[in-house]
Order: sequence, then C-alpha cells, then structure tokens
Amino acid sequence: MTIMGVCCDKPGVKVALTGNESIARGALEAGVGYASSYPGSPTAEVLGTLAKLARQFNLYAEWSINEKVAMEVAAAASFTGLRSLVIMKADGLNVALDFASALAISGCRGGMVIVVGDDPGAHSSVREEDSRNLCKALHLPVLEPASVQEAKDVTREAFSLSESLQLPVVVRCVTRVCHASGDVLLGELAPAGRRPAFNQGDRVITFSIKLHALQEQKLARASDWAGNSRLNSYHGPGDAGRLVIASGPCYMYALEALEMLGLSEQVGVLKLGVTWPLPEKLLLSYLKTAAEVVFAEEVEPFVEDNVMALAARHWDEVGKIKFYGKRNGQVAGPNGPGIGELDPDVLAQSLSAIWGTPYTKPALPAHQEIFDLLGTKMPDRELALCAGCPHRASFWSIRTALELDGRGGIVLGDIGCYTLGIARTGYYLLQTMHCMGAGVGIASGLGKLDCFGFDKPVITVVGDSTFYHAALPALVNARYHRASFMCVVLDNETTAMTGHQPHPGRETTATGEPADTVPMEEIIRGIGIPYAVQDPYDVEAAIEAVYRMLQQQGPRVLILRRACALAAVKGKQKNRVYVDPEKCIGDSCGCSRFCSKVFACPANIWDAESGKARIDEAVCNGCGVCATLCPQQAIVVERTV
Amino acid sequence: MGAFHEPLNIIVTGVGGQGNVLASQVISVAAVEAGYRVAVGETFGVSQRGGSVMSHVRISHDRPYGPLIPRGRAHVIAGFEPVETVRVMLDYANPDTVIIMNNRPNYPLGCLLGEDKYPQPQKILAAVQKMAGRVHVLPATELAKEAGSPMAANMVMTGALAGSGLLPFGREYFVETIKSLFKDHIRELNLKAFTFGLEHIGSNVAWRVSYNENFAGNL
Repeated sequence: MTIMGVCCDKPGVKVALTGNESIARGALEAGVGYASSYPGSPTAEVLGTLAKLARQFNLYAEWSINEKVAMEVAAAASFTGLRSLVIMKADGLNVALDFASALAISGCRGGMVIVVGDDPGAHSSVREEDSRNLCKALHLPVLEPASVQEAKDVTREAFSLSESLQLPVVVRCVTRVCHASGDVLLGELAPAGRRPAFNQGDRVITFSIKLHALQEQKLARASDWAGNSRLNSYHGPGDAGRLVIASGPCYMYALEALEMLGLSEQVGVLKLGVTWPLPEKLLLSYLKTAAEVVFAEEVEPFVEDNVMALAARHWDEVGKIKFYGKRNGQVAGPNGPGIGELDPDVLAQSLSAIWGTPYTKPALPAHQEIFDLLGTKMPDRELALCAGCPHRASFWSIRTALELDGRGGIVLGDIGCYTLGIARTGYYLLQTMHCMGAGVGIASGLGKLDCFGFDKPVITVVGDSTFYHAALPALVNARYHRASFMCVVLDNETTAMTGHQPHPGRETTATGEPADTVPMEEIIRGIGIPYAVQDPYDVEAAIEAVYRMLQQQGPRVLILRRACALAAVKGKQKNRVYVDPEKCIGDSCGCSRFCSKVFACPANIWDAESGKARIDEAVCNGCGVCATLCPQQAIVVERTV
Repeated sequence: MGAFHEPLNIIVTGVGGQGNVLASQVISVAAVEAGYRVAVGETFGVSQRGGSVMSHVRISHDRPYGPLIPRGRAHVIAGFEPVETVRVMLDYANPDTVIIMNNRPNYPLGCLLGEDKYPQPQKILAAVQKMAGRVHVLPATELAKEAGSPMAANMVMTGALAGSGLLPFGREYFVETIKSLFKDHIRELNLKAFTFGLEHIGSNVAWRVSYNENFAGNL
C-alpha cells in the first residue's frame, strides 16, 4: 500500500502491499528494465507503481496508446536482451492478440512477462473473460498467483522461465489477487544494469513451420519445468482419495471451505501455480491415488477440461476417477457453473453436496424480518457519474439537443466512465456498447445506411483516452467513405475510469517527463473532418453546439472538453455550492425537483423537512452546473478561485 | 492472539468515493506493522462511481487467509453509510457481530429520483440492532467536518475502530501508519479526524446507544 514498501531494500522484511504492487515488486526483484501498459482494471496500478520508481531503479515505464503497441514496445526491449513487462486487462489481450500470436512464434530474448488481469464477476469490466483459453491458443505458458505474496513470487519466477524458454510468459491475475492486499515477505532486489543490444545479424522472425515445432518443444520443456516448480504445491494427507485441484485464489477458498466442513485431514488440495502447460507428470502422480477430483477455478473449466483430457490419455495408469466441476454442474455459484466468482461459501456448499458432509452456516438475519423493520425494500445503489462529472452535463446537452431536433436520433458509445450512459445516470442514452472505440466504427456503419432510407441522425460518444486508443482507424474509415455521423469526444483530459493515467493528449508521460503532446484537434484536422470544441459546463452553448452539428452531413466531431471533476478538485479547496432557501420554492416551482430528480446529480438532494432542495456538501464537487440550470436561480456558487 | 478471533474478520463498507479503500489500507498496514498477517479483499474500479463498496479485512496470527470472509462470519462491520451497513449485515452479520456505523446517509440515485425509498433513520437503527449484538452509531461525517473536511469521515471511522478495543493491536500503529501514508495538511487533517473518532468511541460507555444523532437531510 505504500511505494516505500515496494522499493524497500530489506529482504526478509514483511510489508503490506496490494496485489498490483506485489507484481511490481516481483518485477523489480527480477531486474525489469522496461515496462509498458494501457490502463485497465484490475491491473491498472502495476505500471503506475513502476513509473513512480523508474528513476530510482533505472527502468523505463510508459503508458502506451493501446495494448497492442504496449506489447510491441515491451517485446522490442526483450529483443535487445532487457527484461520487460507488459500489463493489460483481459480485454487488452484481445487488442494485442494479433501481435501476441506472432510473438509467441518468434519468441523473445530477455525475459518477457505479460501480466493479464482477468475480472471474474466482471466487477469493473463488461465481461468476465477467461484469458487462459487465449493463452493456450497462443502457445504461451500461464502462471497463476493464489495470493498477494504469490503475485510477487510468481512474477519474479515468470521472468526466469521466460528467459530460459526464450518465450513470453503470461502471469494471469484475477481481481481478488490484484485488488487484494496482504503482508508480503520481500526478496532481494535485482541489480539493474543490462545494456540493450541488437546486432546486425540478430533476427527475430515469425516464419516457417519449423518455428511451430520449436514452439511445441518450448511448451514441453515448460511442462517438465512446471512439474518441479514450487509454484505448484500440495496440502493434505498422503495418497488422498479425494482431491481438490485449485488455481488462483480458489486455492485459499478451498482450504477454508474444507476447514469449515471439517474435511482438512481427509481431502488433499493440489494448487496449480502453472496452469498452462499442465505439469503433467505431477498431476498424474496425484491422479493415480485419487478416486474423486473436484476442480476449483475461475471462470471457465480450463484446468478441468485439460486435466480430464490428460486423464483420458492416461486412462490405463490413473484408473477410475469421478470428476466434479463446472461440466457436471457440481461446482457452481448462484449464477450457475462457470459464471461469476467462487468464494469459500460457494466451495463449501459444493463440496458439502458432493461428499454429503453437512455444512452448518452461521444463522444469517431473516431478510424479510429486516425489510419489515425498515418499512421498505433495500434501495439499490446503482452506479452513477460522480457529482460534478462533465459527462453528466454532456449527456444532458445531447439529450436536450436530440429532443429539440425531434428526429429520434440515436446515441452509441463504448468503454470508459461514459459507459454509464447506458444507465439512469446517463439518461439511458447509449444504445450500443461493446469494446474500446467500437461506437465510432458502428457509427461509421450506420452512417452509410442512408442509401437504404435510414435517415436518423447518429451520435457516438468516445472518451479522450479511447479516442487515441481505438477511434482513429474508424474515423479515417468514416472520412474515406463519407459516412454521416457526429462523433462527440467527451474529453475529460485524462483516463479517468482507471485512476487518471495520462494519454498522448497530455503534457507529461507516465514518469512525469514532459511529453510531445499530440492534440486531438490536429489529428482530426489531419484526417480532414470538421470539428468544434465546447465546454460542457456551459450547458446552453453545449446544447446549441450539439444541435447545430446534428444538422450537418458527413463525419464531424464535437469535442466537449472539461477536466474530470475528481481530478480538478484533488488537493484543492472546492467551490461551495448551496441552495438559497429564500429562492427555492420547492414543489410549487413546477420544475419537478429538477436538480435532484431530473438532472440527477448525487450532490443535489431534497430536504423533506423544509420541502426544498439542498446540496450535500460531503458529495458536491463544486462544478456549479446545477446553478446554471435551476429555473429559480436558487443555487449559489461561492467560487474559491 | 489471546482473546481475539483468529482470523479477525472486519468488513469496511460504504459508497464509492467515501474513502473506504483507504481506510482498509490504513488498517492493514497498521496490522502488518504490528506483526500480524493480513488479507484484504476489495472491489474498486467502476465501484468508485457511486456504487456499494466493501472491503474484507482479515487479521491473523500465523496463517494466511483468503481475501473473502464467508457469509455470516464478520466480527466487526464498520459502516460508512447506514443503508450500506444494513446491506452488508444481511449477508455477513451474526448475533455477535459488532457494528460501528456512521449516521450520515448517502442517497442512492433511485431515492433521489423518488423511485425508491430511503428507510427512516430510526427504522435503520432498529434493523441494525435486531441483527447485531453491539451497535455504535457515530456522526462521523459531522466529526470530520469539525476536523476540517467531510471527506475525512473515513479516518473518523478508522479512529472509532482503533478505539473500540476490538483489534489486537494499539492505536499507536494507526497513528504511525497515517503519518507514513500522508503528508502536510492532509496528514494533520487525517490525524485529527482519527483522534475524533477514537475519542468519540472511547467516551461512549454504553455500546447499544440510543439514536439521538439527526440524519443530515431527509428525503
């Protein structure tokens, strides 16, 4: 949790770290020289941590424009012999897949580790992709830490494995490791100081079927290595007839579930720290004594399917085994097998059902009784744009302009804070939402349907970081084909959703060095698309700008630019905003409680006692947009600057 | 760990933006400094955009635990927001669970829009008392404002937890942690807020308090 902990030069000391910091520490213990990433939950904090230590450890760190480029720049460093690290979320691996599949054939030189953050339960993702299936297709080894401590140990180990195989190695981390914290026993920091070398005869080429054969040999070596690796471990009685095979944090859950069931002495738990390629010899040695095997993993039945295939190939050695997992529905959370996270309760219930061991849960409160006491059901707490979020003002302007326009215009979007445009907080405006930059491509498609009589105006919103990451090819495509739509860039001058990382439109880099900024206006002008820039906090002007551009044809861009409200107030005195009770006339106004009910900023609350609007000063970020919209001008903004 | 539970299961809950994650970090750094093992499971990301946030903090002596507390097995719930406290209690409280709760509501969007009802303060207290053995309600946001900023309610709550006698290590570990994590005026603010929380719980002899504190604002 502290940067001091990550760089602490005291091997053998325990410090508290987050999983992401632990990954960063592991890379430092391995002597990483080069790190790159595009921010994404749950792994967004790894590169940020390394960037803060870049100078001290003589390493290079960058927020790349997207994951594919991030992987390419990291591979370049590896080609010169440096140890390199590239970090992304599962969705990012999809973006980088084309290069990754080629890189897996050419191989690398310096140890290269690809950290992929999977998000079982989709806490902060649009889906809960299990990247292990992709990694298998890529022919890349996959290591999985089970705890915060292991996040460090596994990362460090991954560098050595990669270097010995001359093949990138994936560290697959799930949210419950990345976003967990715990005590970490520190190892030795590796001395920096490798010099990059790329000589005239050096070739890193992806070509010929011979290299495919080499890939398979590397994986066979990895399987042998995995059989002796201490990343796999066994806990339980010798010759266990009942075995749980677990990976990632499910290992911790399995131990606790067995404890709760009183089965710790009778059931063995085999933790796989290496889930691809499988440590076949090791697995076979346990399968030979086991009669019943339960799989505990997230999300897909990856280990399950592959172990069952292994057992089938060795049926004459392993004998009769009953397998329990997602395939037969025996290991399942409330949403069904293979959907969502596991936890100690889910595993305890599953194991209890499998082995008929009663699971006595503590008596939970009777929910209905509590709802009766509350006098109401529990109010849901849906996600909302933050108080003062410029996106709220932008969505309000788009919604109003579309109403004024009256042609039933449609709005598309994609990934970022503005994804919340699919929900109440964004007035349910967004009608498509897929992946980074997809809104612009879909708009480009809809913008060509006029020849079939499709005449609705199309707006797509895209964030500033997403603009650089993925919108540019679609914009060029739109210009080239004269597709008719309006692209609204919701420019909050940062990558807000993942914690305010810089992008090519910013003045500084990840490490705080001055950057050669690439203004989006220059890019748009270069593509040849007309554009305008407007401050969304000036709602009236923003509505007018949206409306005016809605009437135009061809591709056009409106940049609604205003810094993220959270970034703007960080470390500063906020404006004081309050309701003048003399001016607010409550429900007799006829505004339908505009500020709290219609504009729906969480800082605009209603005081039932006085029957008037109020500002919640603990929530308000002082943007003052509500003051400009209040029909009675009853909201006062005391500016601090 | 003597009279303390092994592992000691603490849940810190509230609304994204209230600083719950920071509070759980302060607790876990302090625990490690005091020589304990700790596992914290928390969810952030989109949750920082006004969603429910819950951190599981597990403090143990020797053995590491996973980052998730099984249902019904929380020993302490520190609720930064009343409805979120109830929400977590429904799944994780048992009759022996101790509750430390901020009395300040943060209204969900549905309540602001009039589609959902935010329960009455007295009813929330009745529900909380029905579910838990000991309940301590404190005006953490108001105390934080006195300390200098309503945003420091998380440190008031941390102070209350530190002063509750429920943890196996002393307040000095918290003070050192806050000093190491923050600088300048934020450090001073947080230390002051922490002390306010500590003193408030220390001065409150009766645990099952009557509900005198007014909610700020009603719907």
